[in-house]
Amino acid sequence: MAPILDIKNLYKNYGSVEILKDINVAIEPGDFLVLVGPSGCGKSTLLNCIAGLEPITSGSIGIGGRDMTEVSPKDRDIAMVFQSYALYPTMSVAKNITFGMKVRGVDAATQEKKLNEVAQQLQIEPLLQRRPGQLSGGQRQRVAMGRALVRDPKLFLFDEPLSNLDAKLRVEMRTEIKKLHHNLNATMVYVTHDQIEAMTLATKIVVLKGGIVQQIGSPAEIYNKPANLFVADFMGSPAMNLIPARAKANGSGTKIEIERAGAAPLVLTDTHAKDLPEDVILGLRPEDIAEAGFRAGEDVQEADCLIDMVEPAGADTYVVSQLGGKQVTARLHAETNARSGETLPLAFDLSKVSYFAPESGERLN
Amino acid sequence: MTDIALTTAHSPSRNWGRIALRWLLFTLLGLFALFYLMPLFVMVTTSLKSLEEIRTGSLVAFPREVTFEAWRTAWSGACTGIQCEGLRPYFWNSVILAIPAVLISTILGALNGYVIAQWKFKGANLIFSLMLFGCFIPFQVVLLPMARTLGIMGIAGTIPGLIFVHVIYGIGFTTLFFRNYYVTIPQELVKAAKVDGAGFFRIFWSIFLPLSLPIIVVTVIWQFTQIWNDFLFGVSFSQAGTQPVTVALNNIVNSTTGVKEYNVDMAAAIIAALPTLLVYVVAGKYFIRGLTAGSVKG
Repeated sequence: MAPILDIKNLYKNYGSVEILKDINVAIEPGDFLVLVGPSGCGKSTLLNCIAGLEPITSGSIGIGGRDMTEVSPKDRDIAMVFQSYALYPTMSVAKNITFGMKVRGVDAATQEKKLNEVAQQLQIEPLLQRRPGQLSGGQRQRVAMGRALVRDPKLFLFDEPLSNLDAKLRVEMRTEIKKLHHNLNATMVYVTHDQIEAMTLATKIVVLKGGIVQQIGSPAEIYNKPANLFVADFMGSPAMNLIPARAKANGSGTKIEIERAGAAPLVLTDTHAKDLPEDVILGLRPEDIAEAGFRAGEDVQEADCLIDMVEPAGADTYVVSQLGGKQVTARLHAETNARSGETLPLAFDLSKVSYFAPESGERLN
Repeated sequence: MTDIALTTAHSPSRNWGRIALRWLLFTLLGLFALFYLMPLFVMVTTSLKSLEEIRTGSLVAFPREVTFEAWRTAWSGACTGIQCEGLRPYFWNSVILAIPAVLISTILGALNGYVIAQWKFKGANLIFSLMLFGCFIPFQVVLLPMARTLGIMGIAGTIPGLIFVHVIYGIGFTTLFFRNYYVTIPQELVKAAKVDGAGFFRIFWSIFLPLSLPIIVVTVIWQFTQIWNDFLFGVSFSQAGTQPVTVALNNIVNSTTGVKEYNVDMAAAIIAALPTLLVYVVAGKYFIRGLTAGSVKG
């Protein structure tokens, strides 16, 4: 199937400052694309470029198989939900939702019909005659979504739509957006700085930093095989442990040595890794370091580690140990006997390990 | 601790102090108000007296016999130089001058402010600074160039000419007002409307104008006061027959020979000032609200 959104070699400059550099992204109908990155990485600018609200410096944007690079926002067959909701303050909810149709000259009967459909879908029927100022944050959010839904566009664009809501409502609305995506089988592009939102919603994630795409992939790919140190550190909470280590070829595999202050180095043997440089950064997620005996598999290796800190978090207990000069977090089961100041045998699951080059930060395996 | 705090707060001596302070404050404010109202009081009472009574009575006394003769003369009989038609024709000159000038400058200011605040373009800030600069150019400086311009345009000495002058001079202020108001409105509103398919004027008309009532009131009051009370432009760019009320008032007061008709002068001055007074009374509370509207999010 032809990609519904096709961005090719997109560059965006403000004066001499490059905001976006050589962006190439394509998504299929039904995809949920999340643009994620720290603030100032250009993700909202990219979304504005897709909407046509910001002109691009070079490259092309195709929507639904048509080149839309020079097309004005209203003719791109898109709908957009903004961070501040951007509801028209002097219009009632119903007028807010039908404004686009009114501008386009849709007849009153169709407007009414679509309004009722959407109002029912989002359960905002009792609010239709109110002004935006009389609504709560969550209700405004729904109205903003309603305004997008009535358009029935090829592409939905969301610009951090949940960041103004409190934590509980945010989780609720997140689920609701996911449901909406599923029910409508719509194609959506969603900007967020919250990596959990990205993981839960996306079928495809683009990680951006400084206007450059760091990695494009499914949530599982991004999570399990981060392309570089930035992605490894940014995605996942608590963050991936990134431990400086030395690699030595050892038969068909590699011996990994990790320095420890006041103790012999921790030595692990990775039977799969090959051709690693001597200095590497070893990346392991907290859940891939378990208490010895609780993780089985041929790549699981155990070693005694001194526990510095124990942090019970209800469902899990996190323990922190000092390895290679870094705080390393391991996620243990809740009933662990770990005590701070004591040693505990930990199991390292090397089937999940990532190696990065310390200089470039690129992934090595 | 709390008990002690409560008793001191309610101790009788503290209460007396507070009441005394309050009375002092109100007395002072009252005195200031009286002081400010004094000239108006003198004007109104004098305008209601006969010339005879003015000559014999005290300035601050109430009229012994109320007569509206002076008002009638001021409105339709007083002489401005050789003509003796009173203020009436000039009052209407001012009306047909001020209303279009206020409306046009307000509309232009709203559009300018909307563009500068919400449709940022290269050099928008420079243009805004230049317009602000226009607010601070003294009237006298523009008199000669303006006279030339009006002459070239062929509207020298006409009411459209005066309207033109006031519109040009007012744009700086009206743009400033609207720009500062619109700059507080989030830019996402324009973006959302663009995605909805609305164009430049549609967004202005359907979204921004309905939000603008407070600032429209401020601008209208400001412009109306400026234009109605203007004397310099009025006296410079008008001819006999197109003079605004302020110029006519000056002529009534300064061109009388013989006995000075203070009662007529006072009545004429009140008539000339009434419209601005009326605008403040009707829209004053919106004026205060509009001036502070920029700082408070609606």
